[in-house]
Amino acid sequence: MVSTLKKAVLATVATTALTTSVFAADIIKIDGSSTVYPITEAVAEEFQKETGKKVTVGVSGTGGGFKKFCRGETSISGASRPVKAKEIAKCDEAGISFIEVPVAFDALTVVINKDNDWATEMTPEELKKMWGPDAQGKIMNWSQIREGFPNQPLKLYGPGADSGTFDYFTEAIIKKSKSIRGDFTASEDDNVLVQGVAGDKGGLGYFGLAYYVENKDKLGAVKVKNKEGKFVEPSLETVMDGTYNPLSRPLFIYLNATKAAFDPNVKKFVEFYLNNAAKLSKEVGYVPFSTAEYDAIKNHVKSLKTGTAFKDGPAIGLSVAEILEKATD
Amino acid sequence: MAISNKKTDKDLNVIRALIKKHKKNDQIFAGIGFFIIISLAITLLVLFLDLVIDGYPKMNLDFFSNFPSRKPEGAGILSAWVGSALVLVVTFFVAVPMGVAAGIYLEEYAKKGWFADLIEINVANLAGVPSIIYGLLALGLFVYEFGLGTSVLTAGLTLSLLMLPIVIVSTREAIRAIPVHIREAAFAVGATKWQVTLHHVLQYAMGGVLTGIIIGMARAIGETAPVITIGALTFIAFLPPSPVNDVAPFINFSWLEAGFTVLPIQMFNWISRPEHAFHINAAATGAVIIVLTLFMNGLAIKLRYNIRKKIKW
Repeated sequence: MVSTLKKAVLATVATTALTTSVFAADIIKIDGSSTVYPITEAVAEEFQKETGKKVTVGVSGTGGGFKKFCRGETSISGASRPVKAKEIAKCDEAGISFIEVPVAFDALTVVINKDNDWATEMTPEELKKMWGPDAQGKIMNWSQIREGFPNQPLKLYGPGADSGTFDYFTEAIIKKSKSIRGDFTASEDDNVLVQGVAGDKGGLGYFGLAYYVENKDKLGAVKVKNKEGKFVEPSLETVMDGTYNPLSRPLFIYLNATKAAFDPNVKKFVEFYLNNAAKLSKEVGYVPFSTAEYDAIKNHVKSLKTGTAFKDGPAIGLSVAEILEKATD
Repeated sequence: MAISNKKTDKDLNVIRALIKKHKKNDQIFAGIGFFIIISLAITLLVLFLDLVIDGYPKMNLDFFSNFPSRKPEGAGILSAWVGSALVLVVTFFVAVPMGVAAGIYLEEYAKKGWFADLIEINVANLAGVPSIIYGLLALGLFVYEFGLGTSVLTAGLTLSLLMLPIVIVSTREAIRAIPVHIREAAFAVGATKWQVTLHHVLQYAMGGVLTGIIIGMARAIGETAPVITIGALTFIAFLPPSPVNDVAPFINFSWLEAGFTVLPIQMFNWISRPEHAFHINAAATGAVIIVLTLFMNGLAIKLRYNIRKKIKW
């Protein structure tokens, strides 16, 4: 049966090969992070309406997106974390260089149950105590976190280990990428996390701001203590003025600088992206950069400066200007 | 005499009691069966109604004629249902000829022996392989080895792998149900094996074969895992080139290489969005998929019934 199958497939392949058109060339192919997806989707939708050029956007996750990107299958890849050394090596191998383009901020939001009135303000250290690998099997009750917290079982909800959100949270809070306790409810679907925390008085979870904003009636957001020692609630304003740290993070798109950056359609698309990112990212629940920052990013793309600012591993709290300046191959 | 009469009476009573007991067992079993079927039917009905109630606000023509959008109110499933339809066309034209031919060969031509047994075991096993495995096979073979990329063709071929065992098994079952004397009668008037197969066996088996095909297609339309594995797209707001055009030769095949999305993926995408309005879209899409599946299964039952009615042996 296998050989019949093969023959049939090959026959079909031959047929299509003969009828191949130039169709594929005028489609801009984008893949990557599910976190960046809503922004890219919005931009793609508007771009298509305005120019009639075709754009497709896939959701393979940041890592899956880079795999395709470094094989040259896509022109642009969305990423909710900076590119990793391993991925850079893969791209190098294939002779593909890239331009790192920050597009907007996302605020990781720590959420608690609506009935939780004791933990509305927390420090990163307390979060670390709660989520750190040492907490596994030991820290099971809110009373263990801080003197005065009630005797209430602690239930944790968070994204799974494949997610860029997870990577960033561990880097910002635990200070070590991917290091976390194993006994929490993990799901790649943020709505599952929302349900979990909303239905559990002792629940605590974290995910992107957009999911909190849509579920404000069911959840409370924790004010996290920032570098300056203030407890700050995540919001458009606090992320934009930089007071919501360390949990606000930049999102990126990576542009293939070997080929796609010279394609007039792709060029136009990226320009359109940066011109509209402020408005569209806000619309889908993310936090835009300032106009000056977008201008700087546009120049960065125009100058075709390749490479990443994160060559030496993850860094928390870089400004847009620093990201652009530090970019090296 | 009297003694034996008494004995018969006693025997009769024992038998009656036995029958009564067995009848009671019968009823208990029927009761359990009925309960199970009813609870299954109610579960499906509740799920379906829930989807319909949730998705009701979206059930209008615009939903079918709009492309996906970041704005839930204006978002529709145009690219998804067109994608699903095109993928199913490919699946149909690949899986049906191959599946039916394989079924006929195995049943009518293949020599019984260890080889036929081996194939039979393999086909039966293939029917039980989790669909994600087909997706992985397709990713390695179709997408990379054959370089077909993420296209309608790849998806169609992948789903046809999934459907193939169903078609083969049901074709064989249908052929097996045909009485030997039909074949013998045809042979007796001098028909060749091929004529017997084509003019008689396949004709009478058509009901069963069609049922298998349609049930296989209904399975294929709801499959998500294998199409996600081969990289079906999530946002695609244009249609593949039309299969029919106005210049000779009037049909083209470039749609086969087009990127695509399908209904279950559109649903999957919407359900994971933060905005509640998208969840309504997802519910509506789910209802559409269930209606399509039910429709296809209903069609299978109807076709089988009609064909059976026509056949008089």
